[in-house]
Amino acid sequence: MGSRLKLFLPLILFAIMAVFLFRGLSLDPQAMPSALIDQPLPEFTLPVLGEDRLLKRDELVGEVALLNVWATWCSSCRVEHPYLLQIAASGVPVYGINYKDDDAAAGRWLAELGNPYRANIADREGSLGLDLGVYGAPETYLVDARGVVRYRHVGVVDERVWQTILQPLYQQLNAQGSGG
Amino acid sequence: MIPELGHFALIIGFCLALILATVPAWGAWRRNSRAMALAPGLALGLLVFVAISFACLSIAFLQDDFSVKVVASNSNSLLPPVYKFSAVWGNHEGSLLLWALILSLWTSAVAVFSAQLPLLVLARVLSVMGAVGVGFLSFLLLTSNPFARLLPGTPADGNDLNPLLQDPGLIIHPPLLYMGYVGFSVAFAFAIAALLGGRLDASWARWSRPWTNAAWAFLSLGIMLGSWWAYYELGWGGWWFWDPVENASFMPWLAGTALLHSLAATEKRGLFKSWTLLLAIFAFSLSLLGTFMVRSGVLTSVHAFATDPARGLFILVFLALVVGGSLTLYALRAPAVSSRVSFDWVSRESLILCNNVVFLVATITVLFGTLFPLIMDALGAGKYSVGPPYFNAVFVPLMALLVPFMGLGPVARWKRDSVRRWRSELLFPTVVAVLCGLTLPLFNADYNLWVALAVALSAWLVLGLSRDLWYRVRGAVSLAAGLRRITPSYWGMFLAHLGFAACVTGIVATSQYNIEHDLKMSPGDTETLAGYEFRFVELVPVRGPNFLADEARVEVYRNGEFVARLAPQKRRYMATGQVMTEAAIDPGLFRDLYVAMGEPIGEDGAWAIRLHYKPMVRWMWLGAILMGLGGFTTVFDKRYRRLRSPAAVSASEAAHGV
Amino acid sequence: MHPVRKQRLLIVLFVVLFSSAAAGLVMYALSGNINLFFPPADIAQGKAPVGQPIRVGGMVVADSVQRSDNSLAVTFELTDYTANVSVVYEGILPDLFGEGQGAVAAGRLNEQGVLVATEVLAKHDENYMPPEVADALEQSGFDHKGNAR
Repeated sequence: MGSRLKLFLPLILFAIMAVFLFRGLSLDPQAMPSALIDQPLPEFTLPVLGEDRLLKRDELVGEVALLNVWATWCSSCRVEHPYLLQIAASGVPVYGINYKDDDAAAGRWLAELGNPYRANIADREGSLGLDLGVYGAPETYLVDARGVVRYRHVGVVDERVWQTILQPLYQQLNAQGSGG
Repeated sequence: MIPELGHFALIIGFCLALILATVPAWGAWRRNSRAMALAPGLALGLLVFVAISFACLSIAFLQDDFSVKVVASNSNSLLPPVYKFSAVWGNHEGSLLLWALILSLWTSAVAVFSAQLPLLVLARVLSVMGAVGVGFLSFLLLTSNPFARLLPGTPADGNDLNPLLQDPGLIIHPPLLYMGYVGFSVAFAFAIAALLGGRLDASWARWSRPWTNAAWAFLSLGIMLGSWWAYYELGWGGWWFWDPVENASFMPWLAGTALLHSLAATEKRGLFKSWTLLLAIFAFSLSLLGTFMVRSGVLTSVHAFATDPARGLFILVFLALVVGGSLTLYALRAPAVSSRVSFDWVSRESLILCNNVVFLVATITVLFGTLFPLIMDALGAGKYSVGPPYFNAVFVPLMALLVPFMGLGPVARWKRDSVRRWRSELLFPTVVAVLCGLTLPLFNADYNLWVALAVALSAWLVLGLSRDLWYRVRGAVSLAAGLRRITPSYWGMFLAHLGFAACVTGIVATSQYNIEHDLKMSPGDTETLAGYEFRFVELVPVRGPNFLADEARVEVYRNGEFVARLAPQKRRYMATGQVMTEAAIDPGLFRDLYVAMGEPIGEDGAWAIRLHYKPMVRWMWLGAILMGLGGFTTVFDKRYRRLRSPAAVSASEAAHGV
Repeated sequence: MHPVRKQRLLIVLFVVLFSSAAAGLVMYALSGNINLFFPPADIAQGKAPVGQPIRVGGMVVADSVQRSDNSLAVTFELTDYTANVSVVYEGILPDLFGEGQGAVAAGRLNEQGVLVATEVLAKHDENYMPPEVADALEQSGFDHKGNAR
């Protein structure tokens, strides 16, 4: 019977490996939960890109909106730009946080690629980014009508992200808003 | 409409695979020959419908149907048509469809070319392949539908194919690699059929050998193309990175190499039966594991697809079912009592044993190195990375150990040989090989011990092979008659071993004699490297179909004579804004000259430039091509087409009470 | 002993010996050639060994990249928003390297706490940033939030 038992050895080794592979699946290298989820959007008063006025936190609050962190030095931002234009065209309010960027370059970018943003916060020093806990660009926050950060997406917003995550959440938040 | 047709065809394909996996298997169990006879037809039907589905996706890509999600995210109207076609498999969903297509191709090939197989065995083999097909097609349909639409909200233009993949090498690299990967499913299916039937004899080994060799040949060529692509496309002259995705294709190759040698011993001598079965399961499991690693995101790599944990879980469950199931079957059914066949220590069998041990240990060390970061992470021990030095430190001694045995292999006789005969046959090759090792490296550059060793070992391989060939030929009336007498099997072995020798020489020579120089160059500057004078003539802007580029014009001279004009580029792709280095190479049998652009420095048009002199780098790819050719040649051996009476086999199996 | 059994025993012995030699080789190779990842915060606290091969990852600090005018030497800083690490590197930076982007530098720390890099990797775009960097930043991000609020 001993000789039969040793034939189970490959199976046992594989089972051990499968356990590690399973663990590996749950160690999602991309997941980055934000400390700010379900916290109110931090206070800020910052200049508006391309306009001569300041924007306060409270002016953003009142409807469900997307807050998109972008910069001209971020090549991935160029990838998601067309989707942002689409999303904005469908009536979703999108605000931009132009993160650690040059105003002139950002203006050229918007002139060239189109402007999906209701307004752009010029976060030249990255102070709002620091408060939000931005790691880099692009990042997109979903803020509800009371100014609470409900979701944070790290990386490019594309069709998949929009349709599977952001849009359902956006519609749900809107429904809650009108219901209560 | 066409994408819906493709989706529909895929669903029909899935149903056919499901029937193929169940009905003939039931037939084989109940000895119902009507049910068993359905198998070949089902296999062909599967191929037809998966092919229709694949064609539909290709049409969607070629016609810029951006309402299809994968087209919108992986193609662009500006993309040249040939890349629109290769973009079909430049993404997760499409490449999985290609995988399914190739699986059904192999399944149909088994159905068509196995007239000599008893129906019982054929039904079991095709059923197992159908079951694998069920797994992949349901994976496609449930988690990765390539025909998903973006309605409403069709974008005006697509997101473009990753510029790294816009390359002629990448048009054929994935199909070849998948032909190899998936090809091992045939050996796997034969192994499972043998375990189910309990018949493990020379004819079983003879049936599965050509399939294994063909898959191995495809895999060799696929890996070679991948390495070649990385060399000229990634822009820094490396040709092998021990990246998890590369390892994912290399491990099945290593296990497959062990398998095809062990199959030889099983066919000729009835030895290592359960071992061969295990290797067949192992090789295909590693192919599946590779798929898992590339698509689940458990490991990071330059080549990995955008990943999704849900898909990862699906493949893991599939992997567990296939590998766990087959290993359980193996544990229950493999012949536990070892064969009573004996062999002498000095014989071909013991050399094949050495080969198997070395290749298996090599596979395991690569597997361990690849999974080590994952294991440490899972244990919470920190984020480690295992770099190329680990793999080189482990792999190089193993291969160096292998070559001396390899030189003996073809010369050695089965069952019993004598050391005296080996000595008399191989004394001359040994002396010449040592002489070559001592002298040849002197011709190129400074004497290098590693190159000397590689040259000596390769020469020993080549000379041993040639001498053996000569012994086989010389008895004949004429040289031509002697050469004709040699079987395709032998030619295949000859070519593959020759290729291995070329590969070893190329790898060692290029690693040891490679000179690379990164420096700042302005237009007008010259730099001399290994006797070649590189003149940076001018910098010009260039416009491609879907990119803008800075192009450096570099002229190369040697001793005042013009050698080549090289034009490396730094491209910016318009759709994504992605920056890409396009190296320029002057290829040669004995040396490659390689120029790539880094980044602009300062204001005066100066650039960081990478200059490489790579001696004999082509040898390793030529060697791999020879290995591939060798693998294909063996398939044409006549003995694989010998017919066997099906009735006799069924009767003998029935008599075994299985 | 039966000759076939004796042979089997010898084969098993051979395989065991060879495998243990290979396992030894693996251990030896592993001990010298794996490098552990450190976030800048750990380096600032002196947790990383000096002179050992390590990897450091973070975001490249804006305006910190300085190229020498007459060589390929480049210096830049990596940050996880808790601490910065200076990196010196001589060679060509990858295509995707840029200020404000994630990068990983592999090399050895010198006595001054500067990483002398032999390899710089940058990867974002499709995957946004190297996962270790994301992970390191995540940890420091929580620290930062904890302190700030």
